[in-house]
Amino acid sequence: MAIDRAQVRHVAHLARLSLSAAEEEKFAIQLSQVLGYIEKLNAVDVTGIEPLAFAGDQDPSQAKAALRDDRALPGLPREEALSGAPQRDAQAFLVPRIIE
Amino acid sequence: MPVADFEPVIGLEVHAQLLTESKIFCGCSTAFGAPPNTQVCPVCLALPGSLPALNRKVVEMAIKAGKALGCKIAERSVFARKNYFYPDLPKGYQISQYELPICLGGTVHVAQPDGSLRGFGLTRIHIEEDAGKNIHGDAASEVDLNRAGTPLIEIVGEPELRSADEATEYLKSLRLTLVYLGINDGNLEEGSFRCDANVSVRRKGTEKFGTRVELKNINSYRFIRQAIEFEIERQVELIESGGTVRLETRLFDHEKGVTRSMRSKEEANDYRYFPEPDLPPLLVSKEWIDSVQLPARLPNQAFSELAASGIPATDARTIIADARLVTLYFDVLAALPAITDEGRKWTANTLCGELSRALNDGTADLAALKCTPAQIARVFALQTGGTISSTAGRTVLAELFATGSEPDAIVTAKGLAQVSDTGALEAIVDAVLAKSPGEVEKYKAGKKNLLGFFVGAAMKELKGKGNPGELNKIFKSKLGD
Repeated sequence: MAIDRAQVRHVAHLARLSLSAAEEEKFAIQLSQVLGYIEKLNAVDVTGIEPLAFAGDQDPSQAKAALRDDRALPGLPREEALSGAPQRDAQAFLVPRIIE
Repeated sequence: MPVADFEPVIGLEVHAQLLTESKIFCGCSTAFGAPPNTQVCPVCLALPGSLPALNRKVVEMAIKAGKALGCKIAERSVFARKNYFYPDLPKGYQISQYELPICLGGTVHVAQPDGSLRGFGLTRIHIEEDAGKNIHGDAASEVDLNRAGTPLIEIVGEPELRSADEATEYLKSLRLTLVYLGINDGNLEEGSFRCDANVSVRRKGTEKFGTRVELKNINSYRFIRQAIEFEIERQVELIESGGTVRLETRLFDHEKGVTRSMRSKEEANDYRYFPEPDLPPLLVSKEWIDSVQLPARLPNQAFSELAASGIPATDARTIIADARLVTLYFDVLAALPAITDEGRKWTANTLCGELSRALNDGTADLAALKCTPAQIARVFALQTGGTISSTAGRTVLAELFATGSEPDAIVTAKGLAQVSDTGALEAIVDAVLAKSPGEVEKYKAGKKNLLGFFVGAAMKELKGKGNPGELNKIFKSKLGD
């Protein structure tokens, strides 16, 4: 399956990536190659096989979600929680003004 | 062509916060109203390397909702990533369920004025996490992540609603059910019960659905009605003037009473869902599903039961609107000497009449009722036993709700006992008849409605404390009927 530049632009936009024209061209070729490689899987006959969502999915002992008891525990002190933020004030993360 | 030539088609998506102590994938508290960013940890802040661990209570509550709403509970469901960028979503994706949700199908029942229930279909219920909150400022927006990771169930309804009224009734019924189950606090204002509405219109008689518009940001029943009604009119006008409805998300502006297009959010709904690699599929055993208990009576069951015993639908709805009233109703019934339709009606009247008056006056508080169901039932026994009149019964109830004193003691203290002693009543009856020879003549000549006059006169002598039933009987026998 071939990926064209318009599709690269669309996916890049969804991922908020800004690509130059040359990069769009390069990634269109690379992504097409990746998809072509993955397409080899289509050769396998999967008739009657349930789709897998997770490794070990078909084995309940492997796949069973580890469940946690509902108990509230202290989290991070606010100072620490905010410490990695590029922009912050005394109580919150700051982002450019959101216009709706 | 006016609005009347079109049929609205409405489907609702309800997000309900689950009343757990901790978040869905981490141990942070879910308590509302804490200072910003004080209930956060590496998991809900999406710090690198952190992994989600599913809260068992969330699954249990989702099963409970599914069972109460008649859904099929899936023994295997799968979490999925819904990818989009927004400042209140730290991971850049929301963990939700997509292709394989925990509950499928189901019905929301709405109580009708004739005492029946009407069902509206559900598509599914899935588990997901809530986002944080943005606090908009002039120069920048603050992000508070206390709410990020609060557990939600999303209840997706089929597009079976045909008016803003039906939509409102559906929401009220759904909210009531979740509150009964103790899994949601039903608070629309604080956003713990939120609704998005998908609205489209089509010409009457046509099958094909029109293009739908998603309405967001609606946090009261009144706004839901307004938003849907505005949107129906907007779409009809648009079609009538030759335009076409665009598939889009619109916000309801409650100050102006209009819906407007959202400019900033991801314009195309391209969420690129895929199975969540950090969480294995959720497996729930039949035993687990069976062990999840529902309350003795869900609101709709209580409604049907009340309506079937002849209680008017409006009273039945008043009672089912509060689980405590339902409990009280059935506790009073159980304390009556015998459960009869008369007793049921009296109990319903007492709850919707005297009790609701006392609650409105502030003389009683449903959270801390001063009297017991047995004491309420005693008032009914006093009335039917002839000790007090129904008028006096209301006085006793008012006092009972306000003070919790024993009904018998209230009757004595207020001198409410009526005279039922036949000898005493006969003496009064004789005196009344002797004083009104003219009326006695007319009565005997056929003017039977004079009986009321005689009873009234006797009541006056007895200062209102005569037993009216007894008086009726004695007058009739003395007058030869």
